[in-house]
Amino acid sequence: MDIIMSGFFQRALIGGMLIGITAPLMGIFLVLRRLSMIGDTLSHAAIAGVALGFVIGDFPILFGLIFALLASFAIEKLRKSYKSYAELSLAIIMSGGIALASIFFTLGRDLSMDANSFLFGFIYTLTPIDLWTMLGVTVAVLLIVGKHLHGLFLITFDEEAASVSGMPVSYYNILISVLTALVISISIKIVGGLLVSALLTIPAACSLLLAKSFKQSIMIVVLVGEVAVICGLLIAGVWNLAAGGTIVLVLIAFLLLILLGRNIFSRIA
Amino acid sequence: MNIGTEACHRDIITVDSVSFSYQQRDVFKNVSFSVMERDFIGLIGTNGAGKTTMLRIIVGLLKPTSGEVRLFGEPISQFKAWDRIGYVPQRNNLNPLFPATVKEVVLSGLSGKRKWFGRHSREDYQKCDDALMAMGVEDLAEKRIGQLSGGQQQRVFLARALINTPSLLILDEPTVGIDYETQESFFHMIKHMHQHHNMTFLMVSHDMEMIKGYLGESPASTAGKLNFYIRHSHETQDCIEDNLAHSLKHLRSQMESQKEG
Repeated sequence: MDIIMSGFFQRALIGGMLIGITAPLMGIFLVLRRLSMIGDTLSHAAIAGVALGFVIGDFPILFGLIFALLASFAIEKLRKSYKSYAELSLAIIMSGGIALASIFFTLGRDLSMDANSFLFGFIYTLTPIDLWTMLGVTVAVLLIVGKHLHGLFLITFDEEAASVSGMPVSYYNILISVLTALVISISIKIVGGLLVSALLTIPAACSLLLAKSFKQSIMIVVLVGEVAVICGLLIAGVWNLAAGGTIVLVLIAFLLLILLGRNIFSRIA
Repeated sequence: MNIGTEACHRDIITVDSVSFSYQQRDVFKNVSFSVMERDFIGLIGTNGAGKTTMLRIIVGLLKPTSGEVRLFGEPISQFKAWDRIGYVPQRNNLNPLFPATVKEVVLSGLSGKRKWFGRHSREDYQKCDDALMAMGVEDLAEKRIGQLSGGQQQRVFLARALINTPSLLILDEPTVGIDYETQESFFHMIKHMHQHHNMTFLMVSHDMEMIKGYLGESPASTAGKLNFYIRHSHETQDCIEDNLAHSLKHLRSQMESQKEG
């Protein structure tokens, strides 16, 4: 239990609680627009950026963000060239990201870089600067989503109606990509590049089963994300398990419980 | 093509020698027509005739290869008054699992600056209630949109389009996948609005049967495979009509009293 009282664990807990808000919040917009795989693709690109940061010597989160942003613009561009085969662009960028990351890993071998930590998270190395960055991103995401909730709802629900009502649809698309890239780049240290997309999509999957309104669905994703991050970190801390993996398994357990509960409920009712 | 030349009614939509080609293939060439205030235009054509393309060009979702579109007399690139346009989409684009209530969908039709966290003013809620009442779906306000029947969903989308009391209502194949009886009552409602409200209609459809009776047997004009059926709401000499209803609130009671009368 001592681990829970230690400074690095408490920093991990604060960081986890911050991304437990933002990642599911951006995830619900991606999932509802059928763009679940974008989170996965951007995070693979961000892994390459984080690795490059380590090779150069600093700013892994910043490089992760830049790579994720570049990837989101590349996806848009490729999507236009292939039109009806849009998911092809995701496959290309995803493997491109991992390819770059593997090259940076070999370049950084002498710097005692551990590939595992990029893929599966290195939450216990969070510095105060990391936490301030996470706090900044969380506040920014909450303010922007709060200010544009009406527009984000309309564009998610019915993109055509949004354009006919004069909304700048492409501006909103870029906004969603940029915010998602931001959230992913701050999440990599906590859950790892391979597991970020779980934090984006599984809370949304839970909320689709439960929510009756859009407002409810937003509250449910944040609640599920928060509870899963806190439970996952505590379990990982006490039993000395990988933090990112534990959080994701807790999320999946929640989803299974909700599915089970719904089945039982519908049989009784 | 010119539909009536009397000066009392302004042009709402002007399509001026518009051509559109997609991957080197002409979808249509040099199409011109204008829609005047209080017209009802049926844009009819088979699948692939380019009617949805034309609609997307009119509302600015697609740029024509050449030619110009004007809305309310303004070139579309400068047009800003989007809240004067109501839009009813094809219903089959709706994802039935989408977590949104009927009320949230109708409120999303309100344009302009919103408050923080998507909050609405009391006036907004009043407008929403009026639109729901007018379409007779007020009991469904808290239901999830995907739980509704096709006809109910279409009324909700109509309520969303009407919440701003628009001057122009655009309907894109509004009755696809809806049974005959529901279609009929839907058209009855639209016809009533056309005759008694100061509203202009542009409806895209591939199914002529329903609106033939209202818009006439033969198209007023054709352009390629696109057919335009036109009906003005009244004779031009009776132009000055001052008993037009402007409020949504009384739409339903009016319709009901008409039915009884």
